[in-house]
Amino acid sequence: MTSVLLKDITLSFGPVEVLKKLNLDIAEGEFLVLLGPSGCGKSTLLNCIAGLLDVSDGQIFIKGKNVTWEEPKDRGIGMVFQSYALYPQMSVKGNLTFGLRNQRVPRDEIEKRVARTAEILQIQPLLERKPSQLSGGQRQRVAIGRALVRDVDVFLFDEPLSNLDAKLRSELRVEIKRLHQRLANTMIYVTHDQIEAMTLADRIAVMYGGEIQQLDTPQAIYNRPVNRFVAGFIGSPGMNFIDGALTNGGPPAFQSGDVTVPLERYRFDKNTNGATGASVLGVRPEHVAAGDAAKALPYSREIEVEIVEPMGAASLVWTKLGKSNFGFLVDSASALGVGQRAMIGFDPDRASLFDGADGRRL
Amino acid sequence: MKHSWRRNFHLPAVIGTVPMILVAVGVFVIGIAFSMLWSFTTSKLFPTYDFVGLNQYRRLWSDGRWLVSVNNIWFFGLMSIACNMVFGYLLAVFMDQRIRQEDLFRSIFLYPFAMSLIVTGLVWQWALDPNLGLQAAMRNFGWAGFTFAPLVKAETALYGLVVAGIWQGSGVTMAILLAGLRGVDAEIWKAAKVDGIPAWKTHAFIVAPMMRGAFATAFVLQCVSVVRVYDLVIAMTGGGPGIATTMPAVYVIQLITVRQNVGQGMAAATMMLLPILVVLAVGGVFQWRRSRRKLVHA
Amino acid sequence: MSAGVETATQGAGSAALAAVEPRGARPHRISAGRLGIYAFLLVSALFFLVPLYIMIVTSLKGMPEIRLGHLFNLPAEPTVQPWIDAWLNACTGRDCNGLSPGFFNSVKITVPSVLVSIVCASINGYALTYWPYKGANLLFGILVFGAFVPYQVVIYPLIIGLSSVGLFASLPGIIIVHTIFGMPILTLLFRNFYAALPVELFKAARVDGAGFWGVFFQIMLPMSVPITVVAVILQVTGIWNDFLFGVVFAGRPNWPMTVQLNNIVNTTTGVREYNVNMAATILTAAVPLLIYFVSGRWFVRGIAAGAVKG
Repeated sequence: MTSVLLKDITLSFGPVEVLKKLNLDIAEGEFLVLLGPSGCGKSTLLNCIAGLLDVSDGQIFIKGKNVTWEEPKDRGIGMVFQSYALYPQMSVKGNLTFGLRNQRVPRDEIEKRVARTAEILQIQPLLERKPSQLSGGQRQRVAIGRALVRDVDVFLFDEPLSNLDAKLRSELRVEIKRLHQRLANTMIYVTHDQIEAMTLADRIAVMYGGEIQQLDTPQAIYNRPVNRFVAGFIGSPGMNFIDGALTNGGPPAFQSGDVTVPLERYRFDKNTNGATGASVLGVRPEHVAAGDAAKALPYSREIEVEIVEPMGAASLVWTKLGKSNFGFLVDSASALGVGQRAMIGFDPDRASLFDGADGRRL
Repeated sequence: MKHSWRRNFHLPAVIGTVPMILVAVGVFVIGIAFSMLWSFTTSKLFPTYDFVGLNQYRRLWSDGRWLVSVNNIWFFGLMSIACNMVFGYLLAVFMDQRIRQEDLFRSIFLYPFAMSLIVTGLVWQWALDPNLGLQAAMRNFGWAGFTFAPLVKAETALYGLVVAGIWQGSGVTMAILLAGLRGVDAEIWKAAKVDGIPAWKTHAFIVAPMMRGAFATAFVLQCVSVVRVYDLVIAMTGGGPGIATTMPAVYVIQLITVRQNVGQGMAAATMMLLPILVVLAVGGVFQWRRSRRKLVHA
Repeated sequence: MSAGVETATQGAGSAALAAVEPRGARPHRISAGRLGIYAFLLVSALFFLVPLYIMIVTSLKGMPEIRLGHLFNLPAEPTVQPWIDAWLNACTGRDCNGLSPGFFNSVKITVPSVLVSIVCASINGYALTYWPYKGANLLFGILVFGAFVPYQVVIYPLIIGLSSVGLFASLPGIIIVHTIFGMPILTLLFRNFYAALPVELFKAARVDGAGFWGVFFQIMLPMSVPITVVAVILQVTGIWNDFLFGVVFAGRPNWPMTVQLNNIVNTTTGVREYNVNMAATILTAAVPLLIYFVSGRWFVRGIAAGAVKG
């Protein structure tokens, strides 16, 4: 069952096209994350879905109903904002009920919904407090409650964790996931933090320049990113990129300086036939083995350690491969020193190859 | 010990702020103190120290002219502050609606503030003149019987002053309230829209309470300028017809210059100071309570 | 993520509906509300503009035309004679030299007053922010309180005070008075401005060895341009437009334009030359109006800044 359907959504501000013919089909109960850097259009898209911005072209369907011209309140959506936007001089209960009272929902129905919402979000003791007296986590729950109390189908989140410090962010992230498991509503979540996206999403729509670069499950995006931008955006520490070229003729191989990586085990994209020319090889640091394990892998080579960055349990070790910086992870216990020579290796099956010109996956 | 004295008492800083010290202490403390002191004396044109207790105040409050002044300032004050706040608020709300030529409108609304009160008073004196002003013009257009000459009659003269006051002051009120309006977090508007709250309710119940600071500022500014209103009265009506539009500010100046009765003048001046003190005290208590509450829940 | 069959039937259904359903940009109907807003703003604009229009139009007419009474008509025979009369010939009491002496007096009063009051206020603001000494904030509090005090309360003590040093009814006297009454707001402006600057600049300068005046002249002053512009605009407007202090403290030979204007208009015997009066009024309002129109944004910022209490 489709919950939210976007067809050919386009938005222009004067001559600038901010959203370019976007199509998105979100299933009921799905947690979809719109992920991308600032300016990619993800918040803009969310505001269009909410009805706070008008699209220039295209259609928006929520639960089968065409809501392209509907007011936000008639779209069956609830929204949680980055700053939570709680009405400051009303109590929590006032914040929850203001919208309902405005729509003249009968008193006992309001009480029922408030009680249920408070119970789900565990905010019963906070009902009489003012927003200024709440902690960040409590405010988030009230902001969610405001949407919950209106019995909406779709929840929209506009970077709700961006204003918080790291510790609070991870705590509240878990709360949101728990909430989704309990409520099973469709949730559309905007963020620029790929960790949030990976941990929360059923599917991620990676956006850049007003377009959806890849729409897939987190694991699929991680394993087979569809272009160089997505590959670099997902995964921490970030993917290594080596500039080079595909060899002409003979078995497929990637060459960069004195590095030649055989590509028989690499699964080329079905649209790529015999590409040659400039390309970029991408290997994730966590897919690189060091020491004895490396020798068993299809590609291995001895390198010299340039920099070691200890990160606690693991250390990020930097070297050069084919003139590009190359990082790999080792256990902090294995104590690789600067200047030392070591064997590293990886399986091209887990690597990604991108066209040198347009960055698409080969 | 010597070092801690030094830290709190940089000599250059004290020297640099000598004017401030002189003004604060000399004018605003000593000056006011002397004003009050002389209100208890029989000073005529020059100060004397012949103390007569509350005599001057008694004479003040039995002077018909003073009583009219007080009445006038209350009426003028309440009317012009109320009208200015309402009109200024409406202007601010409408100006916030992404209208075209917002800059042009704002220039038009604010330019009266750049004009002297003398100029304002004179202009409106003419506009409200029965033979030359709006009344005559409207009648010439064919609207016979159009009456708009409040300055002619004693009962209505104050309304004329109020109109001039609104003309001069609502632009500033609008500017302050508009700044306050624009300081409200944009996401509040979005949240209200998603909740389905109509625009006017969002203004009335959510945004206006958030603009308390701007309202307070505009209000205080209005109060202060109303109490001071001297130039406007002199230019527009000279206090007349008769004494119909005389104000405490005018009264005090007249007493200490023309009527050569400083003692009574200072009594009147002290009475002018009292409402300001009350407003400031109330405002101060509010501020103090708010800051205490914030500390508790920080 | 739905199965292929489901998507197909859904697609067919929505395709059929799409023909009659909304797509793309919402149609923009000019709502009654929007019209109302513009109507209100336009009527208000008229309210504000009409007096100015009347003044300009009347000042360009000859007296016979004025006596006909058609206030809103454009001049049938425009003439600049009223302007010339206002500037050179109008009678302010005994002298009939027009407004020009008043203009120069206003300049003589305004320029030094603005300079002195801004210099004092900027030093005050700087000292209060970075070198607060014991009691400084109390003094500042008294100053701010003074901003609310009606002038009439302190005018007599000031008269006595200035007389006792022989400065009453003199140019230095009026300059001192304007400095006194400008100090609260201006000090507040400068203090708020300096308080918003990053304190690291001050610390760095101190580490480099600068003292009170060193930091002020080399660091703070160069950075104070925006707030100084605002302060200048506020002070020039306020002082030029002042009437009460001018008539009490300046002395007859130094009477500013506003006082002359009032004399021309309100104390003439015989025929009231309305066109000359209007011209005189516009001339008096010209300087601050010009500043306002040229520096519009700064002016607004100045008002908002002057009004923001810490």
